[in-house]
Amino acid sequence: MPVFHHRADPIIASPLPAGAPVIAVHGLSFAYSDGHVALHEVSIDIHAQEKVALVGPNGAGKSTLMLHLNGILGQHDNGRVQVSGMPINRANLPHIRAKVGLVFQNPDDQLFSPTVFEDVAFGPLHMGFAEPDVRARVERALGQVGMEGFGERLSHHLSIGQKKRIAIATVLSMDPEILVLDEPSAGLDPRARRSLINLLRQLPITMLVSTHDMLMVRELFPRMIIMDEGHVVADGPTPALMSDAALLEAHGLEMP
Amino acid sequence: MSLAPSLFTSPILASATLLHIPDGFLNLVISLLCWLISLAVLAGAVRSTQRQFDERLAPLAGIMAAFIFAAQMINFPVAGGTSGHLVGATLAFIVLGPWLGMLAMTAVIASQAIIFQDGGLVVMGANILVMGIVPGVIGYGIYQMSRGRSRAVQLAATGVAAWISVMAAALVVALLLGASGTTSLSVAIPAMLGIHALIGLGEALITAAALSFVMQTRPTLVQDGAAVGQRRWVIAGTLVTLAVLLLAPLASASPDGLEWVAEQTGFLDTAQNAPYNILPDYTLPFLGETGVSTILAGLIGALLVVGVMFGLFRLLRRPRQAS
Amino acid sequence: MHANTFDRFEHRHSLIHRLDPRVKTVITLLFIVANVLLPDGAWLAFLAAWAFLLLLTVLADLPLFYAAKRSFIVLPFTLAAITVMFTLPGQPLLSWQMGSRQMMITDAGLLRFVSIVIRSWLSIQMAILLTAVTQLPDLLHALQHLRVPRILVAIISFMYRYLFVLADEAMRLLRAREARSARGWAGKSGGTIWWRARVAGHMVGQLMLRSLERSDRVYNAMLARGYDGRLLTLNPHRMQPGDWLAGVLAAAVIAGIQLLGRLPPI
Repeated sequence: MPVFHHRADPIIASPLPAGAPVIAVHGLSFAYSDGHVALHEVSIDIHAQEKVALVGPNGAGKSTLMLHLNGILGQHDNGRVQVSGMPINRANLPHIRAKVGLVFQNPDDQLFSPTVFEDVAFGPLHMGFAEPDVRARVERALGQVGMEGFGERLSHHLSIGQKKRIAIATVLSMDPEILVLDEPSAGLDPRARRSLINLLRQLPITMLVSTHDMLMVRELFPRMIIMDEGHVVADGPTPALMSDAALLEAHGLEMP
Repeated sequence: MSLAPSLFTSPILASATLLHIPDGFLNLVISLLCWLISLAVLAGAVRSTQRQFDERLAPLAGIMAAFIFAAQMINFPVAGGTSGHLVGATLAFIVLGPWLGMLAMTAVIASQAIIFQDGGLVVMGANILVMGIVPGVIGYGIYQMSRGRSRAVQLAATGVAAWISVMAAALVVALLLGASGTTSLSVAIPAMLGIHALIGLGEALITAAALSFVMQTRPTLVQDGAAVGQRRWVIAGTLVTLAVLLLAPLASASPDGLEWVAEQTGFLDTAQNAPYNILPDYTLPFLGETGVSTILAGLIGALLVVGVMFGLFRLLRRPRQAS
Repeated sequence: MHANTFDRFEHRHSLIHRLDPRVKTVITLLFIVANVLLPDGAWLAFLAAWAFLLLLTVLADLPLFYAAKRSFIVLPFTLAAITVMFTLPGQPLLSWQMGSRQMMITDAGLLRFVSIVIRSWLSIQMAILLTAVTQLPDLLHALQHLRVPRILVAIISFMYRYLFVLADEAMRLLRAREARSARGWAGKSGGTIWWRARVAGHMVGQLMLRSLERSDRVYNAMLARGYDGRLLTLNPHRMQPGDWLAGVLAAAVIAGIQLLGRLPPI
């Protein structure tokens, strides 16, 4: 069996039509197989270069929504999810997964290979790039998160802060159009959190970030979406929503 | 507290090592023979898993192999300073299904040998046979007989399955050592069985308790993948049990037979100074004369027979099909 | 505390560390096979094999007795071989009365026993050396090139990655049990054996469910990055002339030791 083989046509992102949202979700509802309804009629649009925070209590449906953006939960019950104008279906999946860089909350789930290099190379390899391209992408992605030279390191030897950075690199190497992060600052000590915030600020890429870290939201994200019990209850400029004490309190959020 | 000292000073590894054969204790022919059997069975496992085309299998089996490894660290005091813990084959086969369970156990054994030198490299085929295939197939076969019955019967069967699987593994180790001319069978068999009667108790209790926990909290997990094609595993388990059981008395009754094998295979060891003669006596003074070994062996043999009878009883009286 | 303390790789930049992992794996296996083939009492050959091992240790920039110090894990198993001292026929060396029975150690038996222990001791030292000079991911690449089925290599690779994560989880469970179990003054554990087994079994069940859930999340993380069932890896290793040379040299040494062990005594 050949150790390395690639598709004839590597997945290369087609340009986004001008003015179209990177992510368009309309009237999405979803229930898990145990009957638990996680999403009710959720609609959001995210345009290129936006940095959007997704907040709300645990169980609000944030993570479920994020999994849908990558087509991981399969068919949704109704509603529409489009990534770069493409509906989510079996044929589009490889393209959609290359465009949406989804980073899970626990870096130990995200980093499943023994070495950092293998993990960052996983995406590009499955997109069908040839070896030199894969290596170049790994180098670049590690550079983007400030982890140059960590390729040969073993994942289980890294600190949590380092793991979080590498987890982001594992999707940056796929050149996504949007970065979708699930609670990136959770579990970090103040110094690691600060360095992560600086990293997120520097990355010139569209972002949707779920978090409980309201200080980070105020600092980094001009737009904020509040979810509760599967509904989008508010979507607007962060300063406006942050000053609405009644709204925040109603959904278990604290004003920073 | 660091993990390393607790891992290596604890009785966990010390007792586990009796099943992990190091290099140098089996002769090359026996080692290769074991590799041959293990590879043939593993080839079936690989083919069968690849046929399923389930992309989930590789991460699932890998993480569950890591689980078996970690679960071996969880011990509990049994008696007299010994502690019970898991070998894990029966549990792995029940949760993952026999083929994937076999691959997971192989990964556990390979990693223990490669990372911790717990078990040799050239004898790894034997260790896979002893700790993965033989106990797994026997344990799973007996467990399958109880499918569709009440939870209590299933758990009891699981416990019996786990105990017998460990005893069988110990017996096979003794036989392999004897066939390699590394030990005397009349001592090795009762000694190995005696020690593992206790270790097997830990295996049985933990396996049954773990399964009971899963049945309570996530019953779908052990009910999925039931029924079809499982009967052949019952048959396979019974056959392996019988093969192991028949080998043992045969070997103890005519140790010359196995010594003959050792001698024949010993052709590679050119400088065996003393050629084999008819051995003067095969009993060891400090065990044989007191009769302890005989009594112990008899006791264990009786228990084994009871276990197998239980299993056969289940097999024969299986009127209603689980659905 | 961190589980990586039980990772046995020693980071160095030696000649041996830089060798292709395939060469190291094959030579290790060859050494152990040759070892097992050495006749009983081939003292010179045993000595030569050990010298070869020490040479490799020095070349690997490790302390001279690095492997020897870690080789005691085989000790409990030597018990299994002790009986051959008594049962192998030969000239009696030592005999004494025990009860009504004559205990007798024969020369052939002692020779066999000592040889078994030495062979096993040499083999495990070589295996320790291999682990110390080769990162496991590199070893896995070697296995893949040596035609071990991809699925098995993938399973071992996932296992290696999550070994540390799950061992940490098991340690946390054990500590939680420790924190809640009061022990009597004699260090006696409470409860019946059934109860204790139930607690341990529930911990195992707990750990199992968490592991299954983790395997779901990991699978999702793989899907999110385009996993489609193929297990692709890049191969960072190329056999260089130096690798071939080292391999051939080592094989020649091993053959030489074998010859030494089989020469008729002068």
